[in-house]
Amino acid sequence: MIYPLRRAWGELRNEVFVLPSRTLVLLWGLALLALPLAYADAYVLRILTMTCIFAIFAASWDLLAGYTGQVNFGHALFFGAGAYTSALLSLRLGVTPWATVWAGAAVAALFGFGVGYLCLRLRGSYLSLATLAFPLIALGLLFAFPGFSGGELGISGLRRLVVSPTANYYVAAVSMLAIVFGLWLLADSRFGIVLHAIRDDEVAARASGINTLRYKLAVFAIAAAAAGFAGALFAHYLRVAGPSSLEVALSFQVVIWGIFGGLATIYGPVAAVFILYPLTEWLGSFRAVGELRLLIFAVIVLLVLLFMPRGLTPWVRDRIETQCPRCKQRNGSWKKICRLCGAALSEMKLNYRPR
Amino acid sequence: MLQDILVTGLVNGGVYALLAVGFSLIFGVARIVNIAHTAFYMLAAYLFYTLLVKVGLGFLLSALVAVGAVTLLSVLCYRLVIEPVREHDAAVLIATIALALIFQEVMLFTFGGHYLGIPSTLEGGVRLLGVSIPYQRLLILVVAAAMLSVVWFVLYRTRLGLAIRATANDLEVANLMGMNVHRVAMATVALSVALAAIAGVVVAPVFVVDPFMWLAPLVTMLAIVVLGGLGSLKGSLIGALIIGYVEAITVFALPAGAYLKGAVALLIMVVVLLARPEGLFGVAFEEER
Repeated sequence: MIYPLRRAWGELRNEVFVLPSRTLVLLWGLALLALPLAYADAYVLRILTMTCIFAIFAASWDLLAGYTGQVNFGHALFFGAGAYTSALLSLRLGVTPWATVWAGAAVAALFGFGVGYLCLRLRGSYLSLATLAFPLIALGLLFAFPGFSGGELGISGLRRLVVSPTANYYVAAVSMLAIVFGLWLLADSRFGIVLHAIRDDEVAARASGINTLRYKLAVFAIAAAAAGFAGALFAHYLRVAGPSSLEVALSFQVVIWGIFGGLATIYGPVAAVFILYPLTEWLGSFRAVGELRLLIFAVIVLLVLLFMPRGLTPWVRDRIETQCPRCKQRNGSWKKICRLCGAALSEMKLNYRPR
Repeated sequence: MLQDILVTGLVNGGVYALLAVGFSLIFGVARIVNIAHTAFYMLAAYLFYTLLVKVGLGFLLSALVAVGAVTLLSVLCYRLVIEPVREHDAAVLIATIALALIFQEVMLFTFGGHYLGIPSTLEGGVRLLGVSIPYQRLLILVVAAAMLSVVWFVLYRTRLGLAIRATANDLEVANLMGMNVHRVAMATVALSVALAAIAGVVVAPVFVVDPFMWLAPLVTMLAIVVLGGLGSLKGSLIGALIIGYVEAITVFALPAGAYLKGAVALLIMVVVLLARPEGLFGVAFEEER
């Protein structure tokens, strides 16, 4: 009984508390889970529920765009596929939402597989611009067959997963923490290293015996599944799956979140959602600036980028941590020698910026 | 119906060509995916509306002022917003998205979200092959053709054009040959946005003017540019005509065609990309490493 606890504490002390960024993430996760106990205001919970759902969405985009370099301009397709699948199944067939959410993720994964398959030969800007087309094709089909899809109004009258605001919040927050942590683990594993390789030099990766096509397809499917799960949660939370979940605006929104937070980090886009989404909602609550909130949002994004062109979290991380020149592990910025290999850190504070 | 398709396709294709050629120029020279390109088109339409209806300048004068002012604004945006982050492709990308959003919101705040109508520059029409073509649409066609010829002249018959083509071909070598690539990029931005602004001014009386009018042409323009091959002007021109006609055929021939025109056009793009990943006239990218 005491051994696993000691072990967990050891892991925590050696892997989490040594790095300020990880400590911050742990504190943030705990605060998220504890918030309803301390301050259960329905409005705040509602905004945070939406924030959590969008955080899943943004993190899934980062796995695809940041790690693998497949900068997807049509990520809303997967969000919408999840939302519509779950909505249609639960409303037309009467299946419980607890099951249809997974079905939404599965169908979104199929869509991801399809899009990935079509885009295998495309690279760079071609891929971005071609992927922009897919959600719009889907949107055109939805509008052309309103009997099936509800047309402009979408499919409304869905059941929620759970009733009370606090319970809804916990569903979103726990799924967000689980999925984001899962994506981060995946991106940090051998699989993730292969993804880095594909982004940086696909030819070299292929020459090293990596079947890059298979990896790209897998990443498309995984990212789409996570996005579809977010879409399904979103549909059941708002109780409507509408065409707005496929719009260009949502696809661009996720691009902004991802790049603003910092590409290829997973936690960067999540941080960006947690800053930008409540901010815009909060601005919207003032009558005077409510109409200007999108303007203020865009100006903030622009200004932050001028000072932190690589995104918010890499900038912050460079301030609180340094990278060991010898073993490439990260250390708290107060350390004089590397915690793992003992190399001196201080004189490497020149302008060493890993890419 | 056939004549309708012929005329509508040609007019829309002309407008798309103005937009797509400009976009292609910027992409070729500076490798910027300028999402704000059609936002400049929207700005020009608004400015034209203000000068014409509110201020009461003449048609020609308002058109000239609108195009000039928007071009100036684009150069300013390029210097202040894009150039500081040129090293970071991702930052450039969302900087242009943010610019487009800013323009949209400023117009929404200033003019409100409702549709604005602009009186036709030219009244009346002409009957050709049994279709009545309003003079305004004819004007669009003439302006598009004239502007495309001007672009061709600038690119292939002037020193600036030579520099632009050289920079698009190989930025580093062009720089080594003594061209000021930053200034070339700026000139390209001005040229391309001027084209978008001209498109905005001529279509304003035909289409409605609202703050979201940049989204639909943006998607079509991107489809055209990808279809024709990124950075290829010939490709953009032919792609514009293809997409213009495909849209016209969809609208006139299919039930629920108005909803499907975007989807069909994008489907064509996807099919072309499946067969030729570099577009119709794109140069097959050597592995850029």
